[in-house]
Amino acid sequence: MTLSIQGASVRRGKLETLKNVSFDIKAGERVALIGHNGAGKTTLMKACLGLLPLFSGSISVLGDKPGGTAAREATAYLPENVSFHPALSGIEVLSMLAALKGADDNIRDLLDIVGLHEAAERRVGTYSKGMRQRLGLAQVLLANPKLAILDEPTSGLDPISRSDFYRLVDGLAQKGCAVLISSHALTELEAKTDRITVLRHGELVVSDSLSALRAEAGLPIRFHIRTTVEAADEFATTLGGQRVNGQQIELSCLPEQKLAVLSQITSLGSKVLDVDIIPPHLDDLYRYFSAEEQQ
Amino acid sequence: MRAILAIAASEFRISRRNNLLRASVVIMVLFSCALTLLGSGATGTLGVDMLTASSASLATLSVYIVPLIALLLSFDAIAGEVERGTLALVLTYPAPRFSLIIGKLFAHLLSLAVALVLGYGAAIVVTMFMGAVNVAGLLIMLKLLFGAVLLGAAFLGLGYALSAWSRSAGAAAGYVIGVWLVFVVLYDIGLLAGLMVDASDGIFTKEFFPWLLIANPADAFRLVTLPSGQAAELASGFVTSANAVGLAPLLSLVIWPVFTLVLAWTAIQRVEP
Repeated sequence: MTLSIQGASVRRGKLETLKNVSFDIKAGERVALIGHNGAGKTTLMKACLGLLPLFSGSISVLGDKPGGTAAREATAYLPENVSFHPALSGIEVLSMLAALKGADDNIRDLLDIVGLHEAAERRVGTYSKGMRQRLGLAQVLLANPKLAILDEPTSGLDPISRSDFYRLVDGLAQKGCAVLISSHALTELEAKTDRITVLRHGELVVSDSLSALRAEAGLPIRFHIRTTVEAADEFATTLGGQRVNGQQIELSCLPEQKLAVLSQITSLGSKVLDVDIIPPHLDDLYRYFSAEEQQ
Repeated sequence: MRAILAIAASEFRISRRNNLLRASVVIMVLFSCALTLLGSGATGTLGVDMLTASSASLATLSVYIVPLIALLLSFDAIAGEVERGTLALVLTYPAPRFSLIIGKLFAHLLSLAVALVLGYGAAIVVTMFMGAVNVAGLLIMLKLLFGAVLLGAAFLGLGYALSAWSRSAGAAAGYVIGVWLVFVVLYDIGLLAGLMVDASDGIFTKEFFPWLLIANPADAFRLVTLPSGQAAELASGFVTSANAVGLAPLLSLVIWPVFTLVLAWTAIQRVEP
């Protein structure tokens, strides 16, 4: 087990910002950490890095305590909104960090990988937010980490850079690195992570794979059916759906009824022009799990 | 050690590109040239040698400008890293916290030494053009240099401590100006007021004044570096009155950097990035 969190609690004064959180991350596993602002995501990450003391419980990083020498050597961290000293160039920042870690990576190659080749010699002060974020990502790759903790790594990145970023994460995971990512961009985490962990008010709500979460939530699956204009009304009554416009019908069903509904639709034959099946998004699941208690 | 060197090299680079620092070094060089030229007027052809005479003015200049340079270098050291988010990052690297302070201290002391060598060097060059430079004069310059480095180290430590306590570069800059004003200007005015009130031979003048003078690193620096004898008369009588205390000023100048660095060290231990 790369990262093992057992009943971890963190207190700031009387406020308990993390309450009895337990979960594990295996080598090569990509775990998404989601939750509202102030749900305790950053607190949990800092506790795993040994930057914040635990009030109770325990965290183990590759068998070491958080912040221990072995743990630090194997861990990479990307803080939220990191910006390096504006007077240094990208290559100077990365060389300094490599020396701190005793890493022998080729600095230029790393900058190349994150797409900062052109800007390697330029001062960080002239970088855009996205470029600063890429520089932050480059230092995550130093010295083949065993655990990568990334706090909102894609904020400020354009869509192409985001997919580049997730390719880097996949590369890390393939080498056996456990990855913990927090983000607000839920749709992109959906396809790119093995497990979703939801925090609410410092408590762990759920930690499971997306399909397991879908099954547990039992959220309806939606169908968008396009028909010929004449047949639309007839469809709406037989299938029990709703007409959205002249020739489109929307209906929803529970996950276990999916195939039954689908065969009902196909039995209607050539009047059906097109069918879209929309499973519940992570957005819906997130809303479901993070609001559960209020209902 | 590897971590200390990596941080020191990076910090030295940052100092070299620091415009505020560059400006204060230029001011130091200009002032020391001007003071050496003006100071030579008092010595005449038969008086004390020129370098010794100007060293009194240079010591006074250093008392103001060395703490200023040291505080300019250090106020951003911890607070700036907290604000940029790099402190949290660096603390997750396999390097102990004290290496951050020591690395920065090395780099900043080196920057300060370069500034001082430029400033005092300018004075020596001016003297060479004006007349002869002798060994005694050069030795006094060397004493000035070592004293100024110790004085600078004391204020660097103070700057780091304030930077770590305030956690915001803006606030740290404010505190640093206050500290400079208190140690370099207000403290001496306070002592002077004490002397005035106490009349000439009161208990304050005899018992407390010399020790209060030594307790302030800026005044201790003056006591250590001002040449005794003829040149001392060129300086203020105010300072020479404490000469009887012996090695105490030097001790004060050595203890202050250690004390402020311990302060900085305890302050950074408590920073939660």
